[in-house]
Amino acid sequence: MEEKLRIIEKDARQAMASAGSLEELNEIRLKYLGKKGELTQVLRGMGALSAEERPRIGQVANEVRASIDQELAARTTVLKELAIGQRLKEEGIDVTLPGVPVLRGGRHPLSIVSEEIQTFFLGLGYSIADGPEIETDYYNFEALNLPKDHPARDMQDTFFINNQTLLRTHTSPVQVRTMEKMAPELPVKIIVPGKVYRRDDDATHSPMFSQVEGLAVDRRITFSDLKGTLDLFAREMFGPKTKTRFRPSYFPFTEPSAEVDISCVMCGGKGCRVCSHTGWLEILGSGMVHPQVLEVSGYNSEQVTGFAFGMGVERITMLKYGIDDLRVLFDNDLRFLQQF
Amino acid sequence: MYISYNWLKDFVELDIPAQELADRLTLAGIAVESVTALGEGIEKVVTGQIETISPHPNADKLVITRVNTGEEKLQIVTAATNVSEGDVVPVALVGARLAGGFVIKRAKLRGVESLGMMCSGQELGIDSKTMPADQAHGIMILPPGTPLGRDAKEVLGLNDYILELDLTPNRGDCLSIIGVAREVAALTGKPFHLSEPTFPELEEKIDGQVQVDIEAPDLCRRYIARLIKNVRIGRSPLWMQSRLRSAGMRPISNIVDVTNYIMLEMGQPLHAFDYDQLVDHHIIVRRAGEKETMVSLDNVTRELNPDMIAITDPSGPVAVAGVMGGLTSEVTDHTTAILLESAYFNPVSIRRASKTLGLRSEASIRFEKGIDIGGCLRAVNRAAQLIYEMGAGEVVSGTVDNYISPVTEKTVLFRPARATHVLGMEVTRSKAAEILSNLQFKTQEAGEDLLVTVPSHRVDVGREEDLIEEVARLYGYHQVPATLPYGPTTHGVKTREQSFRSLIADTLAATGFNEVVTYSFTNPGVFDLMNLPGDSPLRYTIKIENPLSEKHSVMRTLLLPGLLEVLANNFSRRVQNGAIFELGRIFMPIEAGTCEERTVLAAAAMGRAEGSWNTPARELDFYFLKGVLENLFRVLGTAAASFLPESANPSFHPGRTALIEAGGRRLGLAGELHPKVLEKYELPERVVAFEIDLDALFYVSGQPRVYRPLPKFPGMERDLAVVVKKETPAADVLEVIRNTGGELLSTVDLFDIYWGEQVPEGFQSMAFKLKYQAGDRTLTDAEVSELTAAIAAKLSERFGAGLRS
Repeated sequence: MEEKLRIIEKDARQAMASAGSLEELNEIRLKYLGKKGELTQVLRGMGALSAEERPRIGQVANEVRASIDQELAARTTVLKELAIGQRLKEEGIDVTLPGVPVLRGGRHPLSIVSEEIQTFFLGLGYSIADGPEIETDYYNFEALNLPKDHPARDMQDTFFINNQTLLRTHTSPVQVRTMEKMAPELPVKIIVPGKVYRRDDDATHSPMFSQVEGLAVDRRITFSDLKGTLDLFAREMFGPKTKTRFRPSYFPFTEPSAEVDISCVMCGGKGCRVCSHTGWLEILGSGMVHPQVLEVSGYNSEQVTGFAFGMGVERITMLKYGIDDLRVLFDNDLRFLQQF
Repeated sequence: MYISYNWLKDFVELDIPAQELADRLTLAGIAVESVTALGEGIEKVVTGQIETISPHPNADKLVITRVNTGEEKLQIVTAATNVSEGDVVPVALVGARLAGGFVIKRAKLRGVESLGMMCSGQELGIDSKTMPADQAHGIMILPPGTPLGRDAKEVLGLNDYILELDLTPNRGDCLSIIGVAREVAALTGKPFHLSEPTFPELEEKIDGQVQVDIEAPDLCRRYIARLIKNVRIGRSPLWMQSRLRSAGMRPISNIVDVTNYIMLEMGQPLHAFDYDQLVDHHIIVRRAGEKETMVSLDNVTRELNPDMIAITDPSGPVAVAGVMGGLTSEVTDHTTAILLESAYFNPVSIRRASKTLGLRSEASIRFEKGIDIGGCLRAVNRAAQLIYEMGAGEVVSGTVDNYISPVTEKTVLFRPARATHVLGMEVTRSKAAEILSNLQFKTQEAGEDLLVTVPSHRVDVGREEDLIEEVARLYGYHQVPATLPYGPTTHGVKTREQSFRSLIADTLAATGFNEVVTYSFTNPGVFDLMNLPGDSPLRYTIKIENPLSEKHSVMRTLLLPGLLEVLANNFSRRVQNGAIFELGRIFMPIEAGTCEERTVLAAAAMGRAEGSWNTPARELDFYFLKGVLENLFRVLGTAAASFLPESANPSFHPGRTALIEAGGRRLGLAGELHPKVLEKYELPERVVAFEIDLDALFYVSGQPRVYRPLPKFPGMERDLAVVVKKETPAADVLEVIRNTGGELLSTVDLFDIYWGEQVPEGFQSMAFKLKYQAGDRTLTDAEVSELTAAIAAKLSERFGAGLRS
């Protein structure tokens, strides 16, 4: 009997070692270890053995069983490896083929830039305010220290609805509207994104364009705060090496007023075609809120100061993306829009 | 405004180069757009006199001249026709360089040697618009007596730099050489000098010879007249012509040139009348009458109105003050006596008059910004001096000076503490006083503060902030430190509505839509394009009074036409597939002049989503659009929306359009555009679109999200296919299934629609996947089968639906 077991052990192990596939191996397993398998058959004959022989043969049988199991496990591992290897070999695909197309959409570059500007100022604690696009002469001009027949009205060629109503020429009326609502509460810190309109249509002017206005009013807002805020903004928007330059200018609703230039984003200030060889690019107008504007909005200009600034989103967008033609922004060619 | 560097030197010492001066002015708020070197690159051009002109033996159109350049006599062949023997002209010698880099070489013209060239103004870089009319297109002829052999650049004032200023509207004072010179002096610390004009006067007095009455003192606060006799009209001297040219003006005649010269130098426009043409030698300044007329210098009959200031004599208007002179009193070659006017006119009146008449002159530009009322007398005296010096006339003694309530000087308190507070930078009283006095302000200490007297030429300064700005800009903005506002931290947040808009835009962008920006004004013709009936309320628009064109003349009441135009433009450029959206305002009139601005979300799509080697292309059809909206509503947390058939909107396909409702509100429309609309826009056969009111959408969105525990027990699925009449809406079938399935039916998906073989004509098969789920137990096969059968029975009862296996 022992001999029989050893033969089974030897045959089974040999057969298993030479099995070529997991299926074949399984058949071999059934042949020896299955319910009707050879080993099982032999072990059924154990009952006929004497009491002395039974434990010894039992031990041999266990050894044989363990030996076959071991071989089975070893061969299974090898065959699994082989099978996976084979499968991987057969399943290669051309990864350079294009992927499944996704319908491509996106935000308009003007929105992207406007939101980027808003996000920066949200981080500095500004809230976003809004106002009508069809505005009264009062909010668009009068309240901003631009009475009728003021020569500075020529700076903003206006679309009129009637003699008291117009398309707002800037987002600045929202300064007054917001302050009127809030006065005498402090601080006022708002950002006003929006569309504005001027009667101008040529290669560098669109009759409708976008501005972002900013206003900060509090007890101790200074011109130096304006400089610091816009300096930070310029670096955030155009990169950490961006320098700013503040030039005295004139807006009826701010004083002192400043035009703000940044070092040219193309040449870094060395001078190139984009900056007309000056090294500087004008990006926004700003200043300390004119006392008259604070007063008409309900604040005491002796106790409260503020700064305001306004920028054209088109200009900043063009600089950021290297767009050299204003008109493509309003042309809405999908081949353009899909670049953003 | 063009400023000559050399002319500035008459009033202030300049020891910095023109470019540096330009930079410093710019940083002080007087923006210099450009600096141009006149005569740059021009070399070896001298003055020469034509001694003889003789015919060319081989050419009819050429002549041979002999030109004396002082040192030598040159033979020059020329085709010029406007020269005569004795004329002094600029001569380019052999080796000379002219404007544009043109080099003069020794040449033979039709066999005759030519040793140089006579020059036109353009060849010397002079704009033909600033040349006397008779020399605009020929050789430049210099006044007789011009010394020979001199560098023509020097003689013509071309060794100069021109600063082009881009002035802000408040700085009318810098529309003059002396105004800029004052700025330069303040910036460089060099003294500004302005001497009083001196000249001999005739013994005869002006008194009794000129009468001036101001009948509209609110419009004219000062009017000075001076009388010049023995006038000899001719050309002005070359130096004056050159200076006028440097400012872009064309020399006309000595008297006119003097008035222009004074305007450029001092900012005071002058007007010269032919004294003998003024009836009774009597000037009356008054409001023009309604519909009063005057023939202006350019021989056009102008209609005046009472907003305008008329300079009149007893017979009627002789000039529209500050805007345009009249023809009858114009200075002509026969004029022998002139009345010079130097006046201050109301800026608003001048502005209105120049707008109404459509005439913007160098004079009106200055008057409307407010000129220096204290400088009127000096200006007219300076003119008299120049006229005398150039021998153009003799000055009658005295002036008539009507000065209504001479202005008391403005004084403003300047508090250094306030300046420090506003600027965020220490401003000391002494530094401020220094800066202000360099700018010709008078200062006087008043405790800690300064009492500042504003000079009359600074009409823009009237309050403390103006002075703070003066101090800051002269100090230099670069000196101001950069700080951040100090104070309690504020919370910067978007309102819910602002975040809502961003979320919509981002979601649509992520589902394949490109955001567009279209104009808020539109063409009234779009309502026809949109197939809207004549009485559609959408045709009631806000109109722009002064549109750029009819195309942009009314405010939009719909967003869709703009989007369709965008698709049409793309389509015409062979971009045939695409989906776009816009979040923008529409403008609905309420009553005269007022309107409601509503924000609308609109989208449109045409063509298809391109497929690929393993993906079929997908039509961008109604169901695509609906899927996008369903996804959007899910992201926005919108109340359950229903899409109800809508066949009444004339812009949309009556069988492929849905009205969208949610939470009991009407949100808008989604559907395929009407074929008539597509045809008018020249769009492809099918375009889908939606337009949704943002307020309504906002109102029904943002439903709170509440967590539902995940099922603990396994669910069960059944497929159910029913055959119903083709016109049965899926929504109705689904509703019956849901109602019958009750709580245990967790989801139902319509996964197939089929008609054709095995389905009777006029019917369709709808296949649903039903998922059952109980929260508290495992469902049994039996109860699920029973429920499904109940659903089938109900469908059969309701729609006569048959089961299909």
